[in-house]
Amino acid sequence: MTVSRLVTDAVIAEGLVKHYKEVKALDGLDLRVPQGSVLGVLGPNGAGKTTAVRILTTLLKPDAGRAQVAGIDVVEDPAGVRTKIGVSGQYAAVDEYLTGFENLDMIGRLYHLGRKRSQQRARELLEQFRLDEAGDRMAKTYSGGMRRRLDLAGALVADPPVLFLDEPTTGLDPRSRTEMWDVIKGLVAAGTSLLLTTQYLEEADLLADNIVVIDHGLVIAEGTADQLKAQVGGERLEITVSDATRIAQARKVLQPLGVGPVVVEEHQRSLLVPVTGGASVLADALRRLDGEGIEVDDVGLRRPTLDDVFLTLTGHTAEESEQAESDDQLEEVAR
Amino acid sequence: MSTATALSDGFVVAKRNLIKIKRVPDMIVFTTMSPIMFILLFAYVFGGAIDQQGGGEGYREFLIAGIFAQTVVFGATVTGAGLADDIKKGIIDRFRSLPMSPSAVLFGRTLSDVANNVIVLVVMGLTGLLVGWRIRTSFEEALLGFLLLLLFAYAISWVMAWVGMLVPSPEVVNNASFMVIFPLTFVANTFVPLETLPGPLQTFAEWNPVSAVTQAARDLCGNPNPNPAAPEPTSWALQNPEIYTILWAAVVLLIFVPLSNAQYRRSTSR
Ligand SMILES: Nc1ncnc2c1ncn2[C@@H]1O[C@H](COP(=O)(O)OP(=O)(O)OP(=O)(O)O)[C@@H](O)[C@H]1O
Ligand SMILES: [Mg+2]
Repeated sequence: MTVSRLVTDAVIAEGLVKHYKEVKALDGLDLRVPQGSVLGVLGPNGAGKTTAVRILTTLLKPDAGRAQVAGIDVVEDPAGVRTKIGVSGQYAAVDEYLTGFENLDMIGRLYHLGRKRSQQRARELLEQFRLDEAGDRMAKTYSGGMRRRLDLAGALVADPPVLFLDEPTTGLDPRSRTEMWDVIKGLVAAGTSLLLTTQYLEEADLLADNIVVIDHGLVIAEGTADQLKAQVGGERLEITVSDATRIAQARKVLQPLGVGPVVVEEHQRSLLVPVTGGASVLADALRRLDGEGIEVDDVGLRRPTLDDVFLTLTGHTAEESEQAESDDQLEEVAR
Repeated sequence: MSTATALSDGFVVAKRNLIKIKRVPDMIVFTTMSPIMFILLFAYVFGGAIDQQGGGEGYREFLIAGIFAQTVVFGATVTGAGLADDIKKGIIDRFRSLPMSPSAVLFGRTLSDVANNVIVLVVMGLTGLLVGWRIRTSFEEALLGFLLLLLFAYAISWVMAWVGMLVPSPEVVNNASFMVIFPLTFVANTFVPLETLPGPLQTFAEWNPVSAVTQAARDLCGNPNPNPAAPEPTSWALQNPEIYTILWAAVVLLIFVPLSNAQYRRSTSR
């Protein structure tokens, strides 16, 4: 019995499995959020992020595996877990016909804060999320970003020690996104343990202490943002050659510059080389290609994206993964 | 979780649903306009036609309780559509992640739908009085009649709650319940005296709980069949419409309250 882990981990999940009919949404997922830290769960569409959050927040029962939140088993004592968590789902669950204030007040009442405290908390949160002016308007009249903020405020009503945010910034404009990040940073500074899912490496990088990358319901990589980036190779050198027949040759020339294997995207006549060293590597690469007489259409250096993480870790891009999955589903339908 | 908590959580949810009655345009129409329209339409179109063929002045009065019964039964479908809508919009996910009483959402929902039906009955009763319907018994008896209508609708609410959580969208709830509730409320004594129905339909109508609750409301308001030659009801259900209505509601509640609660624990959006 690992008692010390129960005390120090806000969230712990071991071997979670969940099937939806033929689709395997989770395939033995392990997660750990040490108390007071932020775990970023990174993955493409359909990776199983929402399914994991739903299990951890007691909305779904896993087919196998076990999970504890704040030391309480999610299957054995879901009611106990609910007193410790705040949740903001992927799609803002605000009641459109209630005002912002009424939404938050209702949630406070259902956390049993009492009438006075609920109203006071609702006002506080509306102010904190810059919704105080819109607070007495129906949520129906809110913009997408305002709804998102209201939904997040709903998760915070009872100051829960463990927070789950499922893609909190998807669909927000850059300004709202930056604001949301500031709010989340504030919460974390105040000691809240947070599990956050996202499709953006940048977001995980900025907010998370630890990151797990999941695909097809399994963790395929984990570590700090720096560790992951080192694995991915700090930057990507992207080169498009003019003549498709010379790709193989170009790959041979460029491989010595890479810190990982060169990835070829045949139909785009492009090569991706994970590199460290920036502009000097770029110059070096061009010199070498020139030396072999290989003509270049386009060249660029960019920071790694989620796609690069995927390319490096799985050998396929996030979109391909999604494509493969919808193909799977089509096959199932056909069967 | 204590009963007091369950009740107070239920009231919070009910309050939220009631706020919607005044803010959602559909609901305002559904709760106030359509009951008025039903009374006027049935009273003047059907009532008028049948009066002229010698049905007698009493036919309009006879109809009103039938319209009450049909309208509160339709009112109960709000329960299913409302729940389906809450599931679709993720509100139920939010509720299920809160440390509230797990039965409070259904309790609050059905409670607010009773409140909704009270408004419907008041609006219809007032409209009825305007077109000539009268309570010819005592206030207490009439009140009992209205309470039976509400109890009956409350039981149907729990059936609709279960349906609402099973089907994928509020529209499906509405269509599906239409398919069931229309025949249920028409193959009954709601709008025509039973003796005018052909054989098998008549038997069905005699045991149809909608007939019983209608009959109970008629008896308790003193609005009998205007045809003095009408035969006495032959089924036990219509001979004891109050008891039959209560029994029927009790059985439905005993089955569907646990069934709906179990379904609630399983339902999530998508
Ligand atoms: N209710 C459901 N019924 C059937 N399949 C489902 C259901 N919910 C999810 N799935 C499937 O399970 C897999 C994982 O879905 P999930 O929603 O957890 O992914 P996600 O990582 O949150 O994706 P996204 O980034 O699109 O939100 C997908 O293949 C999805 O199609
Ligand atoms: Mg998701």
